[in-house]
Amino acid sequence: MAYSDKIRGTYQAQIKGIQDAGLFKQERFIHSPQAADIEVEFPAGAPLKKVINMCANNYLGLSSHPDVIKAAHEGLETRGYGMSSVRFICGTQDIHRELEQKLTEFLGTEDTLLFPSCMDANAGVFEAILTKDDVIISDRLVHASLVDGIRLCSAMHDTIKHSDMGHLEEKLQLHADKRFKLVVTDGVFSMDGDTAKLDEMAALCEKYDAMLLVDDSHSSGFIGKTGRGTHEKCGVVGKMDVITTTFGKALGGASGGCVSGRRELVELCRQRARPYLFSNTIAPVVVAGVLKVMDIISKSTERRDKLEKNAAYWRKGLTEAGFVLREGDTPIVPVMLFNAKLAQDVSLALYDEGIYAIGFFFPVVPQSQARIRTQISAGHEMHHLDKALAAFTKVGQKFDILGKTKQDIIAKYGM
Amino acid sequence: MADELKDIVLNYVTKEYLEDDSEPLTYETPLISGGIVDSFSMVSLKRFLENKYGIAIPDDEATPEAFDSVNKIVSLVQRFVAKKG
Repeated sequence: MAYSDKIRGTYQAQIKGIQDAGLFKQERFIHSPQAADIEVEFPAGAPLKKVINMCANNYLGLSSHPDVIKAAHEGLETRGYGMSSVRFICGTQDIHRELEQKLTEFLGTEDTLLFPSCMDANAGVFEAILTKDDVIISDRLVHASLVDGIRLCSAMHDTIKHSDMGHLEEKLQLHADKRFKLVVTDGVFSMDGDTAKLDEMAALCEKYDAMLLVDDSHSSGFIGKTGRGTHEKCGVVGKMDVITTTFGKALGGASGGCVSGRRELVELCRQRARPYLFSNTIAPVVVAGVLKVMDIISKSTERRDKLEKNAAYWRKGLTEAGFVLREGDTPIVPVMLFNAKLAQDVSLALYDEGIYAIGFFFPVVPQSQARIRTQISAGHEMHHLDKALAAFTKVGQKFDILGKTKQDIIAKYGM
Repeated sequence: MADELKDIVLNYVTKEYLEDDSEPLTYETPLISGGIVDSFSMVSLKRFLENKYGIAIPDDEATPEAFDSVNKIVSLVQRFVAKKG
């Protein structure tokens, strides 16, 4: 038997170690479509409970929009269920290319290539365009998928302190001898909800002859006046060399992602990026849904405008209640609790009050920075937000953390 | 040279990797195994030392173990400076 008692015991001990450290993650089963109001089975086997979802990436509330569902049904009827092939053999339909063209126009780039996910886009892009003679300079808080993609690439990798433009300039000078320099950042940082200084980064990249890549997964569809992303908010549309993004969040929330940017870089991804070459692309039914999403958000900014108002209302409410928040102006509003167990206990107490919001702790965020990450949606109505604010306030009082500083909370609950 | 080198490395690591509210470093603080410096971020320290002392540290010598404290880094640099003559 290959899977010996010794092997099993070793893995069981690792799992117990995760449990003992208070870092064990458990899934909660949702029995309804993704929306502001959901029905949840938690813990497993428990009766269904109706709760308000405050932690989905469903920023525009399009995950279960009737027009998107209808378009997906039509896509299923007219283009079938699966392709049974990678793109370059017989896995490309007209609608795949149509979606790429719509994304190119929406993002203000030169070309776009679809990937099964943004994780795959990030896994493939670096190896496709860089060599050992190049350097990647990334923000220290970029998403794990970028870190993994960078690891798969032979280029040298250096990092900068989070959003520190002086540090970026030093690094661009330090690596001046490299063939190409690629600066890498998230657009909106997923755990903190703050926005990259893309205008300053683009200027530095221009000054030091470097390329700029942004992962706009937590921005595409709603950041910027018309929702094009962080580059629109920062006034640098057309200056991004590479944008990677996902359709798994605001843009319908199903799956899929893309690399969009300079024509040659996208073409090299088509020729060399391994997740594109060795995996089926997005299923036709999903492509049809994302095409409808692109139509909806290209015609009107109503949803992103409502999201902006909702997020401002929510942030103001939590601040007035006395929580410690990460500063920002995006729909990601982290409620800082610092201690991993406290984050989990607060999450459970919120669930009892009918609010679904998850605790995040190491290794998803650094040690001693545990939090409840709340995420606002255009699918939230005022009554959702008011009920959630009342529940947060009640739970905050129970744990005696309202009006308390970071130091107070750490003194009471530990790091 | 050793004392001066120790302070140069300590100051660089402090400025490059520590946040404003971090605990101060000592010469023996475990940098990589202690989670202060990740192995990616070691690159800039290596390049800084190579440029400053005119040495080349091969990748197989620039291990996380060899970069795990200020004292260890100083020993490594001194070895390559001596080799250079």
